[in-house]
Amino acid sequence: MLTDSTLERLRILAESAKYDVSCSSSGTVRRGKQGMVGNTVGGLGICHSFADDGRCISLLKVMLTNYCMYDCAYCVNRRSNDIKRATLSVSELVSITMEFYRRNYIEGLFLSSGVVRNPDYTMERLVAIVRDLRTVHRFNGYIHLKSIPGASQELLNEAGLYADRMSVNIEIPREESLKLLAPEKDHQSVFQPMKLIQQGVLENKEDRRRYRHAPRFVPAGQSTQMIVGATKDSDRDILTMSAALYNQPTIRRVYYSGYISVNTYDTRLPVLKQPPLVRENRLYQADWLLRFYHFKVEEIVDDLHPNLELEMDPKLAWALRHPEAFPIDINTADYEWLLRVPGLGTKSAWLIINARRACRLTSEHLRKMGVVLKKAKYFITCHELTSSTLQPLRGINELGPDLLRPLLVSPHQRKLAEQEKQLSLNFEN
Amino acid sequence: MVYTFDGTMDGLLTAVFDTFDRHEQPEALLTTGDALPLFCEQVYEVITDEEKARRVWSGMEKRLSREALKLITVGWLSEISALNNPLYQYICKVFRQDADAPSIERNFADPDVLEVTNIARKVLHEQLRMKQFIRFQKAKDGTYLAVVSPDHNVLPLIIDHFADRFRDQPWMIYDARRHYGYYYEGTGHPVHITFEDESAVPFNLADGKLNEDVLSSDDQLLQNLWRTYFKAICIRERINPRKQLSDMPRRYWKYMTEKQ
Repeated sequence: MLTDSTLERLRILAESAKYDVSCSSSGTVRRGKQGMVGNTVGGLGICHSFADDGRCISLLKVMLTNYCMYDCAYCVNRRSNDIKRATLSVSELVSITMEFYRRNYIEGLFLSSGVVRNPDYTMERLVAIVRDLRTVHRFNGYIHLKSIPGASQELLNEAGLYADRMSVNIEIPREESLKLLAPEKDHQSVFQPMKLIQQGVLENKEDRRRYRHAPRFVPAGQSTQMIVGATKDSDRDILTMSAALYNQPTIRRVYYSGYISVNTYDTRLPVLKQPPLVRENRLYQADWLLRFYHFKVEEIVDDLHPNLELEMDPKLAWALRHPEAFPIDINTADYEWLLRVPGLGTKSAWLIINARRACRLTSEHLRKMGVVLKKAKYFITCHELTSSTLQPLRGINELGPDLLRPLLVSPHQRKLAEQEKQLSLNFEN
Repeated sequence: MVYTFDGTMDGLLTAVFDTFDRHEQPEALLTTGDALPLFCEQVYEVITDEEKARRVWSGMEKRLSREALKLITVGWLSEISALNNPLYQYICKVFRQDADAPSIERNFADPDVLEVTNIARKVLHEQLRMKQFIRFQKAKDGTYLAVVSPDHNVLPLIIDHFADRFRDQPWMIYDARRHYGYYYEGTGHPVHITFEDESAVPFNLADGKLNEDVLSSDDQLLQNLWRTYFKAICIRERINPRKQLSDMPRRYWKYMTEKQ
């Protein structure tokens, strides 16, 4: 049943799906069940391989078909693009998924599709595949399903019973920019399915309170993605959108995808020689600050600083703007404040909190524990009086942010940032 | 004063028992046969005693949390002999501690606790890598086979995961470095197996490949599908071999289908 033609179509459809960055298999723990194959582990999920671009391969990320009726400027699969088109049959897709899973190649399936005929028709076929996987092939692994904007609520409700995670991509944070690049779409068409899924999850929570065995609905929540660098939207636009999304109860992850010039002939888009990888990285760092470091979005970007600094991570940038908050005493500061020290992460903060119960910590203790002091040393005080290479008496308040800044940015970081600024200059002209 | 022991976990626990029984504090715990330190005058050889070991372990169960006990067992699976001494000192400190003092298990300023924790973390990291990078091939009789050779003895840590996940398919995972494996029939529990004559097995220990005469007929096509997918999913504009290598070190590649 699987033949060499399957091979070629799998190649085409994987290449069409690869610009979707979401790949995680996290968010739900489900043990194996009698008569079924598979489980999900929760935590960070399991990455089964890493492609040559360094991105993790956790799920079989593939499209059902890359024919599409829409013509969105940023998308490789747009109607007017002259690329190879292909479709996988339901049985092919199902057996590839099962066979890959049984060989421990993947954690599960990430299925999306171009929109053919109409949204309901497309969604119906996606649902047929996941229904087949769960009920006929007794697949108990992870399923991430793209929901098609404009599909009916009944279809979304059925899909949610089989999928662990569902997603709709926002792609462009400001509606004006979206209208420019994808005249057939608006934000409403994205938020509508998100709302419906959220409604389903909340109702399901209520049901499960009453009936313990009510089937779970999208247990790993929703995710979405925004493209970075295809429009003139600032980091502030992007992060404000992310923060608003994280306030919703079912949005677990927002992904950022540095724009890759796939459609170079379209004059509405910038021509970039390379994707804005540094900016994308800074956005992920800011995203982490929002989710795990108790930062508010206004602290990271504001009117004066609408874009993140490319040379340094957003936490360091915040610290240099706020010298009055430092130095922080390692032996007494709260967990939240330890997290604000540049160079200290959640792991280091946890180690410090635990170790200082037993004794007062010196910088030597910190170094042995594996806490990286390269940046942190300018922002902390420990239990010691003398100055050494590890613990200079000259911290941020003695040196001042302007003198400290060049000490903390490596030439390599500066070079990368410089290169990327050049790229965006071309775009402005 | 130096203690020597036979290199087993029971031996190490017996050494702890004898330390308190004899009211001594040796400078080091060595494995029998190790070179003795300079000017070493007294050597006491620990005779492994299961009963003493059991008593020490149950004492630890009273004084340490389950996570700390797990880290100790996991650390032991590292098979790093340099861990013996810190582990021995750590356990002694557990018993020397006042009952009302905060537990030593999270005092990462203590070098022995830190060493045991760090090594246990390394082992846990590698067991995750096994869950990631193990690749099965299907044999004609329907058994799925994977060969590994991890740095640490992590098979006991990952077997439950695979038994839970692949509960309806028979499989075997074989550690080529330590010459043993686990076989799961498709029901029940995985069993520990060894081969009397390792050269007669129907697979190649160097690259994990099943011999062609026992490989199931569609397996080659599926391996090709996977390799094709692996190549297709990469975005060429973002090529980043450094990140790939740090997340997927080269020493695991030899058994991985997509890198063969």
